[in-house]
Amino acid sequence: MPKLIEFSAPILTITCFLPLLGAFWIALFTKKEQEKLIKYGAFVISLVDFVISLPLVYYFDPSTHNFQFAERYSWIPSIGVTYLMGIDGISILLVMLTTLLSAIAVLCSFAAITERLKEYYVCLLLLETGMLGTFMALDFFLFYVFWEIMLVPMYFLIGVWGGGRKLYSAIKFFLYTLFGSVLMLLGILSLYFLHFQATGDLTFDIVKITYQLQISRDVQFWLFLAFFIGFAIKVPMFPFHTWLPDAHTDAPTAGSVILAGVLLKMGTYGFIRFNLPIFPEASKMLVPFMVLLSVIGIIYGALVAMAQQDIKRLVAYSSVSHLGFVMLGLFALNPQGIAGGLLQMINHGLSTGALFLIVGMVYERRHTRMISEYGGLSHQVPVFTVIFAITMFSSIGLPGLNGFVGEFLILIGAFQASWLYALFAVSGIVLGAAYMLWLFQRMMFGQITNPANRNLADCNLREVVYMVPILIFMFWIGLYPKPYLDMMGPTVEKLVERVNHPTYQAVAKKSQGTEQGRAGTVQRVAGKANPEGTPMRAKVNSPQLSGDPAAPLPQVSPASAGHGNGATGSTPEGRR
Amino acid sequence: MVQTLNIPLPDLSAIAPELILTAWVCGVLLIDLFIPKDRKHYVGILSLVGLTLTFLCSGYLYLRGENLSLFGGMLAVDGFALYFKMVFVVVVMLTIAISLRYLPLEEINLGEYYGILLFATLGMMVMAASTDLITIYLSLELMSLSIYILAGFIKKDPKSIEAALKYFLLGAFSSGILLYGMALLYGLSGTTNLSGIGSYFAQHDLSHEPTAILAMILLIAGFAFKIAAVPFHMWVPDVYEGAPTPVTAFMSVGPKAAAFAALMRIFLVAIVAVRPHWNSIFWGLAVLSMTIGNVVAIAQTSLKRMLAYSSIAHAGYVLIGIVAGNQIGYASVLLYVLVYVFMNLGAFSMIILLCTKSGRGDQIKDFTGLARVNPWAAAAFVVFFLSLAGIPPTGGFVGKLYIFAAAIQANYVGLAIIGVLNSAISLYYYFRVVMAMYMEELPGPLHLSTHPVLVFALTVMVLATLFLGLYPGPFIDAAMSSMAPLLPKAGVLASHF
Repeated sequence: MPKLIEFSAPILTITCFLPLLGAFWIALFTKKEQEKLIKYGAFVISLVDFVISLPLVYYFDPSTHNFQFAERYSWIPSIGVTYLMGIDGISILLVMLTTLLSAIAVLCSFAAITERLKEYYVCLLLLETGMLGTFMALDFFLFYVFWEIMLVPMYFLIGVWGGGRKLYSAIKFFLYTLFGSVLMLLGILSLYFLHFQATGDLTFDIVKITYQLQISRDVQFWLFLAFFIGFAIKVPMFPFHTWLPDAHTDAPTAGSVILAGVLLKMGTYGFIRFNLPIFPEASKMLVPFMVLLSVIGIIYGALVAMAQQDIKRLVAYSSVSHLGFVMLGLFALNPQGIAGGLLQMINHGLSTGALFLIVGMVYERRHTRMISEYGGLSHQVPVFTVIFAITMFSSIGLPGLNGFVGEFLILIGAFQASWLYALFAVSGIVLGAAYMLWLFQRMMFGQITNPANRNLADCNLREVVYMVPILIFMFWIGLYPKPYLDMMGPTVEKLVERVNHPTYQAVAKKSQGTEQGRAGTVQRVAGKANPEGTPMRAKVNSPQLSGDPAAPLPQVSPASAGHGNGATGSTPEGRR
Repeated sequence: MVQTLNIPLPDLSAIAPELILTAWVCGVLLIDLFIPKDRKHYVGILSLVGLTLTFLCSGYLYLRGENLSLFGGMLAVDGFALYFKMVFVVVVMLTIAISLRYLPLEEINLGEYYGILLFATLGMMVMAASTDLITIYLSLELMSLSIYILAGFIKKDPKSIEAALKYFLLGAFSSGILLYGMALLYGLSGTTNLSGIGSYFAQHDLSHEPTAILAMILLIAGFAFKIAAVPFHMWVPDVYEGAPTPVTAFMSVGPKAAAFAALMRIFLVAIVAVRPHWNSIFWGLAVLSMTIGNVVAIAQTSLKRMLAYSSIAHAGYVLIGIVAGNQIGYASVLLYVLVYVFMNLGAFSMIILLCTKSGRGDQIKDFTGLARVNPWAAAAFVVFFLSLAGIPPTGGFVGKLYIFAAAIQANYVGLAIIGVLNSAISLYYYFRVVMAMYMEELPGPLHLSTHPVLVFALTVMVLATLFLGLYPGPFIDAAMSSMAPLLPKAGVLASHF
């Protein structure tokens, strides 16, 4: 069981809630007319938030799978809800991606958003808090609160500042996601009560529930489905993807960037954080089903993207295809596949985020997103062309850029699982290259046929400023992905172990003695005793057992911690 | 005969809240005679003072943890009763606060309004404390008769008169049905005391006795009418639409909560032995209420009617807690009632905020463009809608979470799934109003009230809704402990939590 390692400063809380404070400040202390103050204020807040999140990387200990920077406060003791935050190798990159893209999203809205600025930036900042919280929360209740809160500002971003059929798209986005998440909520509640039955410990603590609760295969199957619906809609996996093209197309640029860059990752993050470790047997059992949906998503998304007239819709469908890749990697259930999937989540956030920014740039200039309206732009806007070209190559996975590393790892993983998976995945890559190159060719090459394009302005400084960081990361991940892979390494390894050989921490049942009262505290003490995050490269087969040897917990020796540790502890199997 | 318990306390001090209120109503009605016609709001303010005293008194008794049975088992002064009493007092205080602006607009600024409202409160308070069929029926009628009058308070408006008449006829009919059920219970067991009936049921196997089943069905029908559960909901949209808006707000919360309190007393204490029978009926009522309430609400163009159907759906959610039949389930009823007070009264208050002499502001389209005129008002409405739809961080989320947790724990997974899907559906129609407020262009000038009491009340309700969502711990504990007196009688072990 991963430990919770505390840090000297509540850095996660600060990172998560600074945008919220900023939103309050804008809402309460600025006037509608102070447009500059609002704009730059929002940007400074999001930039400061990014800067504050940098120490996370610096102090992150990549040698462990434990949760770091953990914070725990009592919140609703009567039902076992705690304010519990922490990040591990899975979430750190997503947190960083969120802070980066949020700052960029604010910056890219300066010219595009001309009315109701105050509400707009309040929404963006609220959204950032929601997203960060989702990735940081280690308590189911807290997680769910963030997960749902985030829908509200996104709904407003699409509905108020969007274009096209924005009302339809906004409510469709909200309802689709909500339908999935309420079913997930029931899954969460079931886990909560199962855990309570098994251990007598009333808690929404994700770590405890994951590593202490052994669930029978049938129950795993149903709960997997409950969580699956919540996350598959968010990812979105085929056939739950229909909200995505609408929402992406009609959202304002910043909305699309956040949607593609971060929101979709919440779905895949959910699969990694919950479905795989909590329902390992069901995950293994459902691999063919998940792979089938992923592969359909990859190919279907690519084919539909190819047929689009609208640039933004094309990029939106390419997301369906790319996210299919991520899911394929995750459900290869081997270290390469999962690491690849995780890295590809970041890559997709960068490259698709950048593509939406690019669409936003041309749209701001020409107010049309029809591919046929463009052509020959490379003569007119050289800087833009370079940026677009790099982004496009990153998206199709050209070696040397980030997309390649992720896709390569996923393919290795998929191939190890079955050559058939890899075969379909490769066809997706080919199709992906086809629609992106064709788009680029139609927009950028040839002669300028449309007179409206003759006086097109090239990228201005602000646009270059927000594109450059993304481009840097594209090259960095593409050329030297080691730091990124190192960071997630131990966590991914543990996760794979976990899925393939699940072990459960035995817990003394609460009602059976007085020990249990301390079982909870032991863990906290154990977390505190390790403030520096001393590396604990555990070579044992089972996830780390928390607590020192003196703790009155029944210990499971690594050797016996195979499948059936029912004898040592109270498994729900035995109780039911 | 007055039971003397070994607590050295004069019996009457335990019902001090009711006594204070009764004295106050009489006082208010008398003083009203001396207050000039254009100053009638003083009567309202005076009522508020009395209610505050009542609240403090109930709160004091609650904190002391009173658990008494008075007047030969006619009334109970326990946590359950006191919890509901405090909720009712809050409801009426908020109702008065939103009425202060509304009444002059409709030219019904009469002192009797407040007096009658206080009588209804008294009825509700006694209802929650009743442990005898007689007191339940008496208090129910005191409450209902007051509300029949209030529903028709706008004499010049035929719709209001229609509402009152409809409510009166159907209400009287349902009271009759209820009384019939009570009479059968009395005939069977020979006592009107709930505990007495309970022990009679426990000693005799009546689960196949037609009279017992008939009594149960009649009771369900009577109460289902009062809580507005489908298929006994036909009166709701018309009455809610026609009645003066503050009265509608009050009706959608207060009497409903009171009916739930009495329902729990009767079903959990008196006829808990035939629980399998009534439980499956409540299951059906819950599913029907949620589904029909939410689906029909989608088609409404009048905000008042929409909220009427939504309140039908909410009765369905609350019934889930009763069907679940575990400790969390019963406590969730109490918690949800509390949350519902703030969010639903809040939503109705928004209508009053937009109410002018020329238009009632009760159509969804009346809210078009509100966000531009007053972002704060629009934001407040969003909070209420989020809460009604059960989205965090609002009280509505915690309330629903608790209800669904109860269903899951009791293994009513199907019911929980129907419930959550319904709450997702409800978001659609709530957000149609949000859409109108934020995303559609302002058609013309929009006049908002700035009545200080109304604004204050709205602020309180928004903050309470948010606070209940962010820090529900104390309220969950209160709901749990308030439910405790009834649990042993209902045969629920208060083991977990």
